[in-house]
Amino acid sequence: MTNTQELVRLSAAQMAEKIRSRDISSRELVEAELEVIEAAEPSIDAFLHVSRDEALAQADDVDKKLASGDAESLPELAGVPVAIKDMIVTKGIPTTAASKILEGWIPPYDATVVEKLKAAGMPILGKTNLDEFAQGSSTEHSAFKRTCNPWDTDCVPGGSGGGSAAAVGAFESPLALGTDTGGSIRQPSALTGTVGVKPTYGGVSRYGAIAMASSLDQVGPVARTVLDAALLQEVIGGYDRRDSTSIPKPIPPLAQAAREGARMDLHGMKVGLVKELGGKGYQPDVEARFNEGVQLLQDMGAEVVEVSCPHFSYALAAYYIIMPSEVSSNLARYDGMRYGLRVMPPEGMEQTAANMMAVTREAGFGDEVKRRIILGIYALSAGYYDAWYGSAQKVRTLIIRDLEAAFKQADVLISPASPTTAFKFGERMDDPLAMYLSDVATIPANMAGSPAMSIPAGLSKDGLPVGFQFFAPQMRDDVMYKPAAALEAALEKQWGGSIYQSMKTPWLGENK
Amino acid sequence: MAEKLMKYTDAVAKYDPVFGLEVHVELSTNTKLFCPAHIEFGGEPNSQLTPVSLGLPGSLPVVNKTAIDYAIKLGLALHCDIAEWSQFARKNYFYPDMPRDYQISQFDKPLNGEGYLDVELDDGSVFRVDIERAHVEDDAGKNTHLGGSDGRIEGANHSLVDYNRAGVPLIEIVTKPIAGAGERTPEVAGAYVRAIRDIVRALNISHARMEQGNMRADVNISLHKKGEPLGTRSETKNVNTFKGIEKTLVYEIRRQAAILEDGGEVLQETRHWDESKQATAGGRAKSDANDYRYFPDPDLVMVHVTRDHIEELRKQMPEMPRERRARLKEEWGFTDLQMRDALNADALDLIEETIAAGAQPAGARKWWLGEISREANERGVSLEELPITPQDVAEVEQLIKSGQLNDKLAKQTVSGVLSGEGKPSEVVAKHGYQVVSDDGALEAAVDDALKANPDIVAKLQAGNMKPMGAIIGAVMRATKGQADAKTVNKIVMQRIAK
Repeated sequence: MTNTQELVRLSAAQMAEKIRSRDISSRELVEAELEVIEAAEPSIDAFLHVSRDEALAQADDVDKKLASGDAESLPELAGVPVAIKDMIVTKGIPTTAASKILEGWIPPYDATVVEKLKAAGMPILGKTNLDEFAQGSSTEHSAFKRTCNPWDTDCVPGGSGGGSAAAVGAFESPLALGTDTGGSIRQPSALTGTVGVKPTYGGVSRYGAIAMASSLDQVGPVARTVLDAALLQEVIGGYDRRDSTSIPKPIPPLAQAAREGARMDLHGMKVGLVKELGGKGYQPDVEARFNEGVQLLQDMGAEVVEVSCPHFSYALAAYYIIMPSEVSSNLARYDGMRYGLRVMPPEGMEQTAANMMAVTREAGFGDEVKRRIILGIYALSAGYYDAWYGSAQKVRTLIIRDLEAAFKQADVLISPASPTTAFKFGERMDDPLAMYLSDVATIPANMAGSPAMSIPAGLSKDGLPVGFQFFAPQMRDDVMYKPAAALEAALEKQWGGSIYQSMKTPWLGENK
Repeated sequence: MAEKLMKYTDAVAKYDPVFGLEVHVELSTNTKLFCPAHIEFGGEPNSQLTPVSLGLPGSLPVVNKTAIDYAIKLGLALHCDIAEWSQFARKNYFYPDMPRDYQISQFDKPLNGEGYLDVELDDGSVFRVDIERAHVEDDAGKNTHLGGSDGRIEGANHSLVDYNRAGVPLIEIVTKPIAGAGERTPEVAGAYVRAIRDIVRALNISHARMEQGNMRADVNISLHKKGEPLGTRSETKNVNTFKGIEKTLVYEIRRQAAILEDGGEVLQETRHWDESKQATAGGRAKSDANDYRYFPDPDLVMVHVTRDHIEELRKQMPEMPRERRARLKEEWGFTDLQMRDALNADALDLIEETIAAGAQPAGARKWWLGEISREANERGVSLEELPITPQDVAEVEQLIKSGQLNDKLAKQTVSGVLSGEGKPSEVVAKHGYQVVSDDGALEAAVDDALKANPDIVAKLQAGNMKPMGAIIGAVMRATKGQADAKTVNKIVMQRIAK
């Protein structure tokens, strides 16, 4: 597996370069990744569906174009494969949202981001696991399987996008797409040592991303390097007329910002440390790695100031009003009438459409989804709407103002991405509130619609990755890519290579 | 179980009705309100769909700008306050014909706010109906219940759903409570809904055909005694004929009056108009009111309409039906009665086009409200559906004017066109219709008629012109109707003067 091992450990940018220079073919690369998937899945279980034939056909397409000598006209990541969170619809490839209620559904259309991946010549390896309908922070709420953290298979990979993060972390794919409603890209990235980005709300089309909470959901990249994340976000981003909330303006160049950052010069940049995201509830290891990162930013010339976002302390509470409210409405359509699961009322119950809907939803949804639907229905009920949903929306406005004020004092804001490192399976399953607290640092960016990302900042004493979060102003995603790439470069310099060299990867045929 | 009803005149003498109407008008955009699915009446079931109109996971709505423009035009016609910023909201409830299990409607920020419509009644008086709002929303699909009687859900053993209509844009025009119409309540309601129909047709924003479900109304009504608080209302849903709306109000006034007279309480309930029973029927009693859990649709940004855009649309507004009727009445020299007949026969456009094709107003009116209306009534179709066009009628009028046809032949020609024999010229040619203008032949026929009726000749010569008709009739019979009555008259006068 030596050749395979070397190949899959490359960054997406390096893979693209090798394909372009015809050092390797896209088919060779896809076959290598499929080989790793086969070897890793028994211990990782990141995928709900592997689309082997489709991926190979797409790879052959790219190889054919290269063979005709047309390397110049090919998109930058042509031939580099990608995995897709099973919350995003793929034409002809089963899409389940990790829910029994959608089991067996084959979408008749592609999400806009999937169309863009195809247009960019990026073979789709398969669909990754998640908490059911992206609701959870550990991927344990998947109706189908448990995904393990490649750093420690007794630990969760975070969630909801644990599948995408674990697949990228375990070298099953160089890149993946996730969706981030309250941290579902960044928190798993923090827990798996990958780079995860939640772009500006409206910066990437949501058309074809199954809705969890529409005003918070955003599709974004998962990668092993900051530059790879930038390249993938450039592929999937941009205005889409099929998404009314899509912003009809281009986002400034991201890969360029990442490449600038790699020069490790941050003179003139003001970095704001968010006072409210730290201290109580944050694991000492996490704070230690975070503080070392802050020092490195300073060493590269950045001026670090402390900023206060006083309303961040209400973000989690307000999020747990708005998100379930939207969930309760968005998940109404899964009623057994048109697609997915249908359970007929048992004997003795009247065989009506209403009863069929009730029985189907009872059988098709898991506990966490039901919990949120019930919370949401309550929050939107007549007489409660103003007190709950209305107040939560006001908190949201205050969070936006906090960030606006903070971005007057600093170009970019920073915090730990997750208060803890990866936790053990089952640890938080009986305590929803503890689970909800996993997203305390990531939720504010969703509430404000501004971009944020997590990059690995090192390991805890247990050898588990710590995530370092950057926030940028709306539509200025480029602003965070520069210091993120700089910190990544500084850390790698310190470590003498990538963080993944410390990972044991028996599925790659080593460290047995 | 027949419900107790009070005599209508007694009911309205004792109680004042207060009513309100929610009129739903389907807009005639090419595509749906939130996706590019094509809209066509009568298409194969479930053939006009996109992932959006089927509510597939991941699909997102995007507002059809044309539908918004149509709605603004209606808002302008109804003198509404048009909101610069309006918002779509989700109305959440589960129903098989709703692909998302929520309707996208407007709640606290409708596009068109308060306005009014002046409605002309049959006697020429004007009643002002105040409008509360006119908002935009999408329609649901259509359920067909099978296995029971007459397509109703009661007794059916299964149902089919057609989502073609799901997502078709609707405007819902909501009146404020309308009081003071008294015994004329049904008339005001009917005139109001017809006025809305005429306006949306003039604006060309809806086909406004009630029989195709393009327009339907929810009818609210309550009764109270003067000086007393308003009564409890009933809401009769989805009434889809003008007559049905009027009859619903008459029925509900009689029914509620009978209940109140007996000291009973009117239930706040949803009812429906049963055409076969000519009565409204109560729905199932609701134990709890529906809570639709409205909230702003997070998939849709607010609708922004600039003042400039509203002014642009205002410039495109055609003449409104009431103003147009006043103008045409003046131009055509019609009496009130003639104008009302033309309106009631839905013949205004046809008469106007006939005149534009060269006919005189009186001639155009005579044909459309006479022969052609009779034929339409017999066949039970609308005037437009008959195989005769305004151009055909104008051509017949031209043939009369040029003396080629007399009234009798003209009627035969029109009848030929109506029975599908072709254009007037073709009918005339086919039957050889031709007024006899050969004076020699006519003179001979006149002489024969006079010779056969010496007593009439004597009367005519004595200055009694009454029997002239009998002579003309005899000549007509002799010439198989092809004589020109005026020429016959002239020859008779010449003969008796001799």
